[in-house]
Amino acid sequence: MALKFPIFMDAQSTTPCDPRVVDAMLPYFVEKFGHPASRNHPFGWEAEGAVDAARAKIARLINARDPKEVVFTSGGTEAINLALKGVAEMYREKGNHIVTTAIEQRAGLDTCKRLERLGFEVTYVPVQPNGLVDVDDVKKALTDKTILISVMFANNEIGAIQDIAAIGKLAKEKGIIFHTDATQATGKIPVDVEKMGIDLFSCTAHLIYGPKGVGALYVRRKAPRVRLAPMIDGGGHERGMRSGTLPVPLVVGFGRAAEICEEVMPEESARLGKLRDRLQDAILGSVDEAFLNGDPERRLPHNLNISFAYVEGESVLMGLNKETALSSGSACTSSTLEPSYVIAALGASAELAHSSIRFSLHRFNTEEEVEWVAKRTIEVVRRLRDMSPLYELAKEGVDIKSIQWKAE
Amino acid sequence: MAYSEKVVDHYNNPRNVGSFMKDTPGVGTGLVGAPECGDVMKLQIKVNLQTGVIEDAKFKTFGCGSAIASSSLATEWLKGKTVDEAGKIKNTDIVNELKLPPVKIHCSVLAEDAIKAALADYKTKWIKEGAAAASST
Repeated sequence: MALKFPIFMDAQSTTPCDPRVVDAMLPYFVEKFGHPASRNHPFGWEAEGAVDAARAKIARLINARDPKEVVFTSGGTEAINLALKGVAEMYREKGNHIVTTAIEQRAGLDTCKRLERLGFEVTYVPVQPNGLVDVDDVKKALTDKTILISVMFANNEIGAIQDIAAIGKLAKEKGIIFHTDATQATGKIPVDVEKMGIDLFSCTAHLIYGPKGVGALYVRRKAPRVRLAPMIDGGGHERGMRSGTLPVPLVVGFGRAAEICEEVMPEESARLGKLRDRLQDAILGSVDEAFLNGDPERRLPHNLNISFAYVEGESVLMGLNKETALSSGSACTSSTLEPSYVIAALGASAELAHSSIRFSLHRFNTEEEVEWVAKRTIEVVRRLRDMSPLYELAKEGVDIKSIQWKAE
Repeated sequence: MAYSEKVVDHYNNPRNVGSFMKDTPGVGTGLVGAPECGDVMKLQIKVNLQTGVIEDAKFKTFGCGSAIASSSLATEWLKGKTVDEAGKIKNTDIVNELKLPPVKIHCSVLAEDAIKAALADYKTKWIKEGAAAASST
């Protein structure tokens, strides 16, 4: 099959809608346009029924006991904001301490920073060089003022999958609410809010082949019953936790996307894992001083993150961006000039943090695409190394760290 | 962020990539930036010790496309200039030529620093000896 350009391999920033998702959504724009909160006529009943069905599909994917525990939001960022700020405000009397990790996505970190300015104390637990949090470190960070533990399920840059069940168990023992940002894990690997002791769980549709503009926060109703202060006031929709008219077509698409993910997950994750390994082997087998970031085993099957020493990430992307969409750092931070804080948190040198490239595969990638991307990446890295003063110094045997650089 | 056509051209077809032996007579080397900041430029000039004219220039850069383009452009401009003229190249000239956006202005600053460092290195290494060599012939 002929390759079609550009090739999209940036599926941890977003994914294309599955055509089956779009088909499910279409009737809800013109024909079935009712407001799900209109209780007194068939238009409203039809919309409410569609929303309930979608809610049930998402509940099933994450094994929530009751679909009512799924609260729709505008996306992952809002779900994370609602979880953190909602708990902080509701449980302030109980305590003012939050435990999270250094590698949360910006929605988590920046919300915590705002809470710090409002008088909360936040502990950012470091990660090990493989990107995994040591559960003991979480345990040690807890105080009698801790009201929330928030640890991401799988990382957006390096794909590292945390031991969520162990953290959930710890949270239960201590009677502390546990939130996980599962935007990257949902629909890709098995998640189970019951078995894993998760009280709050954030996810988004656009990373599981659904539409942009809708996400969800799972809020546990029993053992314990978690209460949240809403961030958006209004008509009291979504059990009072998130007012606002639901975007029915998006919600329906989210439900269908969740349903498809549940159905294809075993086969799809195995296929993407094989493609990813192939990409990884091709690149690491041909490029010297290329380093895999994150744990080689406990990571998302569609994620690959490599630092190419002596070349800067953005320049690698520039060499590829006509034909291939990849990312350096994460899409949220690449508008700034800061290197990846996730790679830096692994203890890598700042130079390697500037050199990281993320490949993330999706449902529609093919073997041919993987082979092509591997080949082009290798070519571009070699070309850039030929013009890298650092590579030249390294080849001359100079230790780059021994040079007195004048940092600006 | 979209790159200007000139940046893309310099990135795809960098001028004067390479290195001179540092101790070759007339060669001045500037190495500026820092790996942890994501930008390092090595810029070298080869000056005719008789005339004071830069006969050749080479660069190697670790950095983004705009950093590569800034240093590539600098080597192009340096060739044929006298050492004094070269000292007058300003980062703003590079910004204007490459149409660099505000977030990439530091790349042009680094290129100007690299030019200055290469000129200074040339002067410390060769000016006295150069003058002596010129007067002895």
